[in-house]
Amino acid sequence: MGIHTALHEVHADSLAKLVNFSGYCMPLHYGSVIDEHRAVRDSAAMFDISYMCILEVVGERATNWLRLMLSNDVAKLDIGSALYTCMCLEDGGVIDDLMVFKLSDFQYRLYFDSARRRKNLKWLNGHLSGKVEIHEVRDNAVIAIQGPDAIGLTNLAMDSLDLPLQVNELKRFSSVTCGEWFVSRTGYSGEDGLEVTLPAGQAESLWKALAEQNVVPAGLGARNTLRIEAGFGLYGQDIDEDHSPAESGIARTIDIDDSDRVFIGRKVLEEHRRFGGRYFQVGLTLEGQGVLRRGAGVQLVGQSIGQITSGSFSPTRSASVGLARVDRMFTGNCDVAVLDRLQTARITSVPFVPHGLSR
Amino acid sequence: MDIPGDLKFAPSHEWVRVEDDGTITVGISGHAQQQLGDLVFVETPEIDHECDAEEGIAVVESVKAASDIYAPVAGKVTDTNGALADSPELVNSDPYGEGWIFKMQPEDVDAVQNLMDPDDYQSYAENEES
Repeated sequence: MGIHTALHEVHADSLAKLVNFSGYCMPLHYGSVIDEHRAVRDSAAMFDISYMCILEVVGERATNWLRLMLSNDVAKLDIGSALYTCMCLEDGGVIDDLMVFKLSDFQYRLYFDSARRRKNLKWLNGHLSGKVEIHEVRDNAVIAIQGPDAIGLTNLAMDSLDLPLQVNELKRFSSVTCGEWFVSRTGYSGEDGLEVTLPAGQAESLWKALAEQNVVPAGLGARNTLRIEAGFGLYGQDIDEDHSPAESGIARTIDIDDSDRVFIGRKVLEEHRRFGGRYFQVGLTLEGQGVLRRGAGVQLVGQSIGQITSGSFSPTRSASVGLARVDRMFTGNCDVAVLDRLQTARITSVPFVPHGLSR
Repeated sequence: MDIPGDLKFAPSHEWVRVEDDGTITVGISGHAQQQLGDLVFVETPEIDHECDAEEGIAVVESVKAASDIYAPVAGKVTDTNGALADSPELVNSDPYGEGWIFKMQPEDVDAVQNLMDPDDYQSYAENEES
């Protein structure tokens, strides 16, 4: 069922329910999505996210080239720090959303889901110019440790492995390189946490050391419910080539501060950043019972205005929440087709659950 | 999970128990709840609803997806499990007990005998999985 990560044996031994995800065989859950979700909100859990694709962009012109390729501006990055950005088409549609880390003035790292690997490589290679090279970083595992206790417990796990890494002083959205390890204080759950890239052969020992500290394993199911509560979009669902970042709830990834910066899609993106696009993203909470599901139609006084792009039951809120793309702004309530009938949903601010560091 | 021996099973993974008063109690199998994962919502049928065999009359929603629950035989709904409104997870924790979903008065109680025995269901479910 797809490519095995370095942690495949461990997942299989833990009786994880395995599914194919972007060509990789990944755990959906290890028994209960809701228990794994709660572990992240209450303490800490670990995710195998080795399906991430890692690219390094190196060369004298790396900064200038990324300022052209990405909607957010890498010029504002300090060495070690990270930025969430989109990579857009000329018409403003999103090719992918990704994290970019600045390692030095001439070296950057890009992280994105392997789902768009081919497309991204083709696009980036097609725009390569002199004095910039792209290398894919392979044979690594990536482990995300997320939750209010993630930093402390990871520190203890690393101590037990005699690693010379101090992660508790790492600032939010920054990273540290230690030999072949790359650790950043980033994540996709709305909680504090880390993402650790390490050689595949060492993944199992870190995983087991974390388990010794009572960090529980969690799968894609919890990763999805957590990111929806946190209001983070998923490429292919909430974000796509047919809509600009501003139409997908991530206008913040369009940086127009430097009026001299030329970047792909700028004309459309700048307009959408300033005035909005044709569509808007709104957060909805279902008033009645049932679950908002992707694709469900959204109506306002009998008129269709859009659809749910991601929906789930929110374990933290004990209600169903969803992200919707609609063609007009409104306040109050709307109707959503749930279980073959219209039910009332209420406009709700996103994130649905405040991010851990701001609680 | 052990399957109580007095149950019958439909191919759509509902279990059926014939009660002393001739009504039947219906729930979903341990195998089915495991496949669905954590349940977050159960929509029970209307009491007095008259249904055909294999008619979808209830819905269980897990974190992942919604699934219909079918009437195993024709008849009339006589009771539903009110506890599931607040505690849908009972279907996961005790599928053959506290997690029952509805009761029916079957048109023909003998129709229940055409359903699968626990052993047959067990091998049916295992085959379906592989």
